[in-house]
Amino acid sequence: MASLGNRTADLLIIGGGIHGCSAALHAAMRGLEVVVFEKDTVARHASGVNAGGVRKLGRHVAEIPLSLHSMSIWRRIADLLDDDCGFQPSPQIKVAETAGELETLRGRVAELNGLGYTHEQILDRQTMRTYLPAVAEHCVGAVASLDDGFAQPYQTTFAFQRKAQQMGVRVLEHTPVERVSRSGKDWTVHAAGQEFIGRFILNCAGAWGGEIARQIGDHAPIRAYAPMMIVTERLRPFCTAVVGAAGRPLSFKQMPNGTVVIGGGRPGVPEPANNRTHMQMSELRHSAQTAMDIFPVMRGAQIIRSWAGIEGLMPDGIPVIGPAAHAPGAFHAFGFSAHGFQLGPGVGDIMAELIATGSTQAPIKPFSIERFPQDPTRAQKELS
Amino acid sequence: MNACDLAIIGAGPAGMAAATEAANAGLSVILLDEQPAPGGQIYRAIETVPEERRKLLGSDYGKGLSIAQAFRASNATYIPEATVWNINPDLSIDYSLNGGSSQVSTRHLLIATGAVERPTPMPGWTLPGVTTAGALQILLKAHGGVGDDVVLVGSGPLLYLLAQQMIEAGSPPKAIIETIDRSRYLKAARYLPRALSALSYLRKGMAMMRQIRRAGVPRYTGARDIRIEGTQRAEAVRFSVHGKSHRIEATSVALHQGVVPNQQATRLLGCDHVWSESQRCFIPKLDAFFESSVENVFVAGDGAGIAGAYSAEIRGRIVALRVAQKLGDDKGTQIRALQKRLSRDEAIRPFLETLYAPSDEVMVPHDDVLVCRCEEVTAGAIREAVDLGAPGPNQIKSFLRSGMGPCQGRMCGLAVSSIIAERRKEDPQSIGYYRLRPPLKPLLLSELAQLEREPTRDEPL
Repeated sequence: MASLGNRTADLLIIGGGIHGCSAALHAAMRGLEVVVFEKDTVARHASGVNAGGVRKLGRHVAEIPLSLHSMSIWRRIADLLDDDCGFQPSPQIKVAETAGELETLRGRVAELNGLGYTHEQILDRQTMRTYLPAVAEHCVGAVASLDDGFAQPYQTTFAFQRKAQQMGVRVLEHTPVERVSRSGKDWTVHAAGQEFIGRFILNCAGAWGGEIARQIGDHAPIRAYAPMMIVTERLRPFCTAVVGAAGRPLSFKQMPNGTVVIGGGRPGVPEPANNRTHMQMSELRHSAQTAMDIFPVMRGAQIIRSWAGIEGLMPDGIPVIGPAAHAPGAFHAFGFSAHGFQLGPGVGDIMAELIATGSTQAPIKPFSIERFPQDPTRAQKELS
Repeated sequence: MNACDLAIIGAGPAGMAAATEAANAGLSVILLDEQPAPGGQIYRAIETVPEERRKLLGSDYGKGLSIAQAFRASNATYIPEATVWNINPDLSIDYSLNGGSSQVSTRHLLIATGAVERPTPMPGWTLPGVTTAGALQILLKAHGGVGDDVVLVGSGPLLYLLAQQMIEAGSPPKAIIETIDRSRYLKAARYLPRALSALSYLRKGMAMMRQIRRAGVPRYTGARDIRIEGTQRAEAVRFSVHGKSHRIEATSVALHQGVVPNQQATRLLGCDHVWSESQRCFIPKLDAFFESSVENVFVAGDGAGIAGAYSAEIRGRIVALRVAQKLGDDKGTQIRALQKRLSRDEAIRPFLETLYAPSDEVMVPHDDVLVCRCEEVTAGAIREAVDLGAPGPNQIKSFLRSGMGPCQGRMCGLAVSSIIAERRKEDPQSIGYYRLRPPLKPLLLSELAQLEREPTRDEPL
């Protein structure tokens, strides 16, 4: 149990993942006094065990401005956090295995160009092979975002935690939030048998964010989701880009030490109630097959380990970001649907701005919790 | 898929005895083992070893033959050369055989994967020419000989047994360097009365000592600051005893600090583990019938806590009878008789564990010592990460990559937990251990891709 001490603050953040820790740091940089509640340890779930992609490529159109903003922070992450976070700039490339897939990618790039975004581009077969010399013969081309990258997820979130703590943020680990309630203009977080009072509350509880939202008085139809990943033994260097596939789920990269991390969409079984996940090897075999199909060199590789984290998945695949529907002083940033890592630095900054100043220029309206049916009367009842 | 009554992993004394007992009680039994023939580590090559070498290895080793013969004669299905790489929560087991993957499904599971030698991180332990005592003994069992330039270093009865076997084989060790000192004998002495009920062990120990003395093998006790020297390979062992420095040249060094339960499978299944202060390792939490905190998952043999081959065999039989009982066959009387024999056999343990406790130098090595060999992480780097605030082994793993190499954390796991515990001034119990995930052994990507199976659980989405 963390030591408690002073139990009032400006901002109470629920969830010690990358979004909670980033928001905490950015809020502290704006002069707010912040407490972070983490039921386990920082980065225990999605934030510590994801694929580490720092990816603008393939974003939902609504997410692109947030992703671009986040990228500007990633490029100076070592200065911000006094830790390089293992961040490596590298191309992100999604390969097409058929002419039809390549055509779809061309359509996507044309659409983005029409909206004024130029970070994605088509690579013809030959250009793709200069970036990916080991790619299988049958691949016909690709879409790429050449100045993306990848980082070490736990190292990054841990660095946000440490920097936030240096700025005075209190991070209470092993401190599950039992209940959230309103008291006048303030918010009360009941945790560890204590009551913490703050002017603002921020829900960064990931897969558990739906329950916190409910207590705040909002409804979010979230599901727990457990993307699985594999890491192999060290292989001779053969790939410096982060690679996906246009037609099937894949996230593939060779780390600087030679190991290959393979992920991409195949779910294990999440058990959010007891913080566990189970691997589904019968599903994971598809990821193994895809990796071997696109990189034949992988056929002789040995898997050392597999794992899965618990993520929050929204029905429309994009997160909930912004003020609570009916409760002033409460905010959400959760449900990142297995692609929130790159957004962490930027969304934390946006939330801090929104909370500290009351507004933000960032276009976060598409992420409002009000896109889901709400029941205003229920909120009143539960909070009375 | 039809589930068998009992699946057993490991064909050492516990696994063989359990399989035999359960099959004889009419249960359907499958035993999966990594080796080509039954015996495990203790009775390795027991069926095929030449008569002369069997004598050399001693009468305790010879006892394995009848256990193996009874197992062979039973109705248990035996699948050798099967590498278990995953156990699902529904107790279906994925294993590799002949380059392909197969699966068996079971109602009860016995994990009889035994012990592993405690890794012994110390300066120079990664040099070529440095092995574990167990590895040297495998050489002896499989080939009948070792080099004649061997120094044994560490603590525990296996060192004496190995020395005795080497003497018998005509290549006695050059020296035995022991990390235990005389004060340990005093501490252990208070457990002697209880140990007397397992007198045969004490007799055997004394006979081994006599033989080592007669052969003129020098013994150093209370060795500190042990360092294996060498540039390309091991050249010498340097150490001090009571402040006096020694150096013994040797191109082969065998290290040993006792054995610890192989906890990979029980961790994978999420069984609860407890830190044993006397054995200085984690032990799965088991009831009197060796059932773990996960229902229908049992652990017998040294994997249930170190107690030796005879205890392993009894434990295996208890598990078999208990499973038969769970399936409706009253075995209470037989189980109680076995439990009594077991407690007699285990009477020697407090004495041995006090006398031969591993040295602090390998439990919590100095900063410059490599702890994770695969990813080259030092004890110092782990302490630095703890000081930064990393709270436990899993965060250390994510931060430093310790435990992420091909050994899958087998080499560094205990040391990492111990170092964090020491640094945070907490008990290893509260620090915990690495989370384990499949595969339990490195697995070809192509083999995973070929895995054909109906999903055994409901789809999550």
